[in-house]
Amino acid sequence: MDENTIIINGNRLTVQPDETILETARRNGIDIPTLCHLKGAIPTGACRICVVEVEKARSLMPACTTPSQPGMVVHTESPEVVVSRRMSLELLLASGNHNCAVRKSDTGSFTAFQLEVQKYDNTDDLCPVWGDCELQDLAYRYQVSGEAFESTAPRYPMETVNPFIVRDFSRCVLCGRCVQACNDIQVNNAISFGYRGSDAKIVAGGDRALKDSDCVFCGECIQACPVGALVEKDSRYVWRPWEARKIRTTCSYCGVGCQLTLHVRDNRVIRVTGTEDSPPNNGSLCVKGRFGYSFIHSPERLTSPQIKENGKFREASWDEALDLVARRFTEIRDAHGGDAMGVLTSARVTNEDNYLANKFTRAVLKTNNIDHCARL
Amino acid sequence: MTNTIADIEEADVILVTGSNTTENHPVISSVVKRAVTRRGAKLIVVDPRRIKLVDFADKWLRQNLGTDVAWLNGLMHVIIKEDLHDKSFVENRTEGFEELKAMVEKFTPEYVSEITGIPAKDIVEAARLYAGARAASILYCMGITQHVTGTDNVKCLASLAMLCGNLGNRGGGVNPLRGQNNVQGACDMGGLPNVFSGYQPVNDPGAISKMEKAWGVSGLSDKPGLTVTQMLPKAHTGEFKSMYIIGENPLVSDADLNHAEECFSHLDFLVVQDIFMTETAKMADVVLPSCCFAEKDGTFANTERRVQRVRKAVEPPGEVWEDWRITAEIATRMGFDMGYANAAAVFDEITRVTPSYGGITWDRIEKEGLHWPCPAADHPGTPILHTEAFPIGKGKFFPIDFLPPAETTDDEYPLYMTTGRVLYHYHTGSMTRKTDGLNERAPESFVEMSRADADKYGLADGDRVKVASRRGEIEVLLSVSDKAVDGTVFIPFHYAEAAANRLTNSALDPVSKIPELKVCAVRISKAA
Ligand code: SF4
Ligand code: SF4
Ligand code: SF4
Repeated sequence: MDENTIIINGNRLTVQPDETILETARRNGIDIPTLCHLKGAIPTGACRICVVEVEKARSLMPACTTPSQPGMVVHTESPEVVVSRRMSLELLLASGNHNCAVRKSDTGSFTAFQLEVQKYDNTDDLCPVWGDCELQDLAYRYQVSGEAFESTAPRYPMETVNPFIVRDFSRCVLCGRCVQACNDIQVNNAISFGYRGSDAKIVAGGDRALKDSDCVFCGECIQACPVGALVEKDSRYVWRPWEARKIRTTCSYCGVGCQLTLHVRDNRVIRVTGTEDSPPNNGSLCVKGRFGYSFIHSPERLTSPQIKENGKFREASWDEALDLVARRFTEIRDAHGGDAMGVLTSARVTNEDNYLANKFTRAVLKTNNIDHCARL
Repeated sequence: MTNTIADIEEADVILVTGSNTTENHPVISSVVKRAVTRRGAKLIVVDPRRIKLVDFADKWLRQNLGTDVAWLNGLMHVIIKEDLHDKSFVENRTEGFEELKAMVEKFTPEYVSEITGIPAKDIVEAARLYAGARAASILYCMGITQHVTGTDNVKCLASLAMLCGNLGNRGGGVNPLRGQNNVQGACDMGGLPNVFSGYQPVNDPGAISKMEKAWGVSGLSDKPGLTVTQMLPKAHTGEFKSMYIIGENPLVSDADLNHAEECFSHLDFLVVQDIFMTETAKMADVVLPSCCFAEKDGTFANTERRVQRVRKAVEPPGEVWEDWRITAEIATRMGFDMGYANAAAVFDEITRVTPSYGGITWDRIEKEGLHWPCPAADHPGTPILHTEAFPIGKGKFFPIDFLPPAETTDDEYPLYMTTGRVLYHYHTGSMTRKTDGLNERAPESFVEMSRADADKYGLADGDRVKVASRRGEIEVLLSVSDKAVDGTVFIPFHYAEAAANRLTNSALDPVSKIPELKVCAVRISKAA
């Protein structure tokens, strides 16, 4: 047998140094489901969804932390694996308000459960991340209803007291991805695991509200959360994945140039997420890029050209305004020369906008008096 | 930046100075923090405030405001004296080493300590740490450039990097963090008085005839133009008649606002093009409404010279046009036809006349941006600059002596004041202050002061105070903070209603014409 290979689901695959079973599989297009695994962070093996059967091993092994060792024979969807995954999923679904209707909908207990959840959520809408939830996807994939165990009532009330993030503890599956996102990726060290056993909770500082902690509202934790436990406050129940158009663009604030995705519905930006797997930010954003988009639809936006008359602005058509500007610029250039005129272009607008400002100044005004506020 | 953002994670030592990275470039600060916590890189922070990054630093050097040349010369003094410099790099890639050596000779740690207030021992240790690295990255921002000695400061940083062979290598470099999303692009595109796009000098006959041909004009001026800080005084004296301001709000961001306001009011004709009725727009004769980034197609160049796509996501409100379309339409109505079908057509022209963008197309950057220079269609872009040689051949060391800041404290104005941004707002606030959540986190302006200073002046956290400089006065809330050090206060400049720039000094760096926004003298008293 080859020195450097393992067999997964009957396929002989070459192993790279220091690779886990999960990495070998994914590199070769074999899908092993995960829940607590977060790209770029150190695997914890906490959720046990990624367990696989390794021949000759005594128990199932988590693929995310088990190194691929030459000679291993691995099965990723064997009956034993599926039983284990279904059990893990049943437990997770029973642990909170997972009201996404995977359940058999004809029993009284379902209705009672929904009513309880609606009371906690303070809405009759279904879970805010319906259709965008890794737990829901897995429940569907493994046909798990969440009724094998009695649902446990939420232990902690929802936290809504900051402007950006809703922390819904009833839907938290304690996977720890948010903690890794905050500590390993953004290194803000604002949240951690608190309390033990069935009291376990993700806490900020000594279990304070996020707004009173070291949290800087980068929202990395929201993007990392596989379920509906962390959701953008303004997008909650407004954004639904099947209604939103996604457009990738570049952040318009600082010079990092983070790649982000604008989620649009009815000609409005209703949510912003970081674009994963792309430099320079690989999905990370800061509070401005992620939450600072209301200015786009601000009622204070200028919507028509304005001309000042006797110290007061009045609305004007483009034709009138442009003709006036062109006429005055021509008069001043012809009377005083282009060097009596200046243009300030902008570090905020696009290259295309800047290039034409440069061309206009030099070719039309015939001066080189152009600058922008890079110095400020 | 000479290197990329991702490349910072390759450094063994990172020197951050004049950049409050966690608030101004948060995503880059995460890269720095990861390098420290996950890869064991050593961090040196040189900053007058106890910024958040200090928590992650091996060394924090707290310099007096405006003394950067002194500590930089001090580091170089120690490195040369202890023979820690990269001799082969200095030999093969640079010139002027002897002159530099002679200049830094007198900057002994003790002398530097007297000027900067940094303990001599820390100068020595920081020098050893930086010079001992396999690769050391320097990150800096406006805290270095917004001084009368800003150009000197930057040259000293470059000398330090060259001295230790930290240019053209992975994990090294001298990396200015650009404050605004497209500062890099505005410079690349010729938004400067002395160069066409791609930094082709306006007084180079070759460049002029090339552009005249490309644009179909004759008689382009070969006289370098004026910078914004030179335009304003000309407006004041009446020599300047008109200005066309696109997407800038100098009436909050400029130094010595009271004076700037007066200058604008002397213009015959002011046109402002913006998305909001900004403080500057209010002074205009004509205001032209433009699209914001979510309403248009185009490109931005980020701080690592990466050209990336901007895409239209929503229709603009009302009768609003893209900036380039407005400019083109004015030109056309002035008899110079500038008909472009769309932004892509403008980009095509850019690549034809701008060598460093020559090989970039929108198709190539559909998924991932490219770093210029990218001169040809098959060129992969240039993530790290100067790997083989500098554009001018050898890198030149500039021997630079220390000069004190333009304004110093006295009995009447006993405190130093510096300015900057906070995490939750951006520049003049015209965008971020439209988001309720950001306002809730950072609702109003404040002056940050140390506990000892507050006690000294009989002030308490939350007091309303008057801050006065030799040029103006504002009223703000007092915030007693452990970020501040004794003798120096900090005010963010986002807030038009209590604009920090009513106080700042407009004294200019003689070369870059950047005003000394980072140092002035003030006095603080309880508001009546
Ligand atoms: S928003 Fe950012 S800082 Fe706050 S808890 Fe989430 S990851 Fe941490
Ligand atoms: S909040 Fe989300 S990411 Fe954090 S532990 Fe709970 S489920 Fe996981
Ligand atoms: S998300 Fe934040 S760090 Fe990224 S570009 Fe925007 S402002 Fe800068």
